[in-house]
Amino acid sequence: MSKAPDMAVTIAGIRMKNPVLLASGTCGYGPEYADLIDLNALGGITVKGILAVPWEGNTPIRLTETPAGLLNAIGLQNPGMEKFISEYMPFLRRHQTAVIVNIWGRTMEEYGEVAARFDDVEGVHALELNISCPNLKAGGMEFGTDPKTAAQVISLVRKRTRLPLIPKLSPTVHAIAQFARVAEESGADAISLINSVPAMVIDVERRRPVLSNGVGGLTGAAIRPIAVRLVWQAARAVKIPIIGMGGISCGRDALEFLIAGASAVAVGTATFLDPGTALRVVSEIETYLQKHNLASVRDVIGTLEVS
Amino acid sequence: MRLIEEATVLEHVAFGGGYRRIVFRAPNISRAAAPGQFVHVRIPQLSREALRRPFSIYRADGDELHVMYKPVGRGTHVMEHAHRGDVYSLIGPLGHGFSAEDRDTLPVCVAGGYGVAPLSFLAKRMRRKGVVFIGARAAPDILCTDDFASVGWDVHVATEDGSLGERGLITDALDRWIATRPAGPTPEIFACGPEGLMRALTLRAEKHGWQAWLSLDRPMGCGIGACLSCVQRLRGPDGKEYWARCCTEGPVFAARELVWEHA
Ligand SMILES: Cc1cc2nc3c(=O)[nH]c(=O)nc-3n(C[C@H](O)[C@H](O)[C@H](O)COP(=O)(O)O)c2cc1C
Ligand code: FES
Repeated sequence: MSKAPDMAVTIAGIRMKNPVLLASGTCGYGPEYADLIDLNALGGITVKGILAVPWEGNTPIRLTETPAGLLNAIGLQNPGMEKFISEYMPFLRRHQTAVIVNIWGRTMEEYGEVAARFDDVEGVHALELNISCPNLKAGGMEFGTDPKTAAQVISLVRKRTRLPLIPKLSPTVHAIAQFARVAEESGADAISLINSVPAMVIDVERRRPVLSNGVGGLTGAAIRPIAVRLVWQAARAVKIPIIGMGGISCGRDALEFLIAGASAVAVGTATFLDPGTALRVVSEIETYLQKHNLASVRDVIGTLEVS
Repeated sequence: MRLIEEATVLEHVAFGGGYRRIVFRAPNISRAAAPGQFVHVRIPQLSREALRRPFSIYRADGDELHVMYKPVGRGTHVMEHAHRGDVYSLIGPLGHGFSAEDRDTLPVCVAGGYGVAPLSFLAKRMRRKGVVFIGARAAPDILCTDDFASVGWDVHVATEDGSLGERGLITDALDRWIATRPAGPTPEIFACGPEGLMRALTLRAEKHGWQAWLSLDRPMGCGIGACLSCVQRLRGPDGKEYWARCCTEGPVFAARELVWEHA
């Protein structure tokens, strides 16, 4: 047996012990899963979207199952940045894993305000900028579907924080390469993609959408091929690293993203089904690397061959 | 402490009325379980991408953990094919259940359909004896009356078609009992069942000024408080309304905190 492969990656200046993170909105703020999985064994954890002030989110029903997926319209319920910092950051600081704080705003100025607040909070490794949530009436996705607005909000946040900045892009845009370049030119240190895909399920008896919000965001295995394609197209367009996600539930799923050009991956929906998914993904990537005689996970990143 | 356990199916049998009972060997979860708590179950016969399904704990005896269900959706229909020896992944015990502690009230359980499962568990864990109201559409759907009778509870049954017990809704039977009950300790309601029943009990508890504990059902994603999909509107002691998670702060809530209408 060859020696254990080197799983470390560096994303946006953050050194991670392996390239597997938990995705925003699917792992709470950390403590929720702490009884069930060893958070220290993860490359990182991305917390649920944080706003300047507490936010209620949508009226239930907020979630429904779909073929090979999950449709949700949580509406970014969160306790606001001050409560998050006082209640959850002490817990997160005690762990040896990268802490990425996912943030959003209702206005451009508010994105800047949240970013600035986290600048001097100990234990935060990077900010993930959600400009792609499909479940908000104002804000969220509207910042991520027009390249000019996306450039504005990323540049503004860039000026308000020294932390590494990771915009999270929407899968709904026409030309992902263009958005990835816009993010890079506006000062992003890395890119996350994809966020959930806007979708709908209808209750035919009641002739109403199942979700109270009407439209929700589709996640899980159903969206994986879409996500892999977008990561591949974005990776070819920029030099900054990409964190790929969308329907990852095993090592082979993660490897598709890495081979397509992602430098790290995040596991979301699959954690609900099996809390140990992310850790299993780590060990399955290791097994793959050994089998292919690769010394480092970095040797597999962006190695897609297209004829 | 939440646990994840690979649980072997020891027994899977039909009750009446299309209800079924599965007995798992889940020693760690079983020993930690309290009435009103639930387990989040991965059904191996479903596709790998399917969500877990939450089930109230019906009984926890040593290594054995029992759940009761009726095949109503895709998950439970598939679960009908569970065999002895199958291995299910369970997360539990989850949520905030009923208190079985001694108090100077008269426990009154009100169950609709399989809502009787966590209440049977509660009656078994309580030292006090109380009154139970079990309601359903017809006789075969009336379950677990012996569970209560065997621990000395006063059992009332109502069916909509009159095929067993009093004819009518369980709330009618409850109202008749309220109107004629002998003097004694103040009732305290413990209930689980369809949302309509929970709303009706909220009104009665309010009217009489009784404490009532209601177990609610919501579609769940994670089951452990991370996804915020399972929320119920509550009004805190300061009068402020907020969303609470049925999987974590619930599934059992104090009726006086519940806000049913939310614009
Ligand atoms: C219930 C739920 C809540 C989510 N909340 C957020 C959020 O607050 N911010 C965000 O940027 N992404 C959010 N996401 C999107 C995920 O982070 C991820 O991009 C998406 O689920 C794709 O990965 P998956 O298929 O592995 O779940 C959420 C997803 C789910 C299922
Ligand atoms: S089911 Fe995820 S928070 Fe309750």
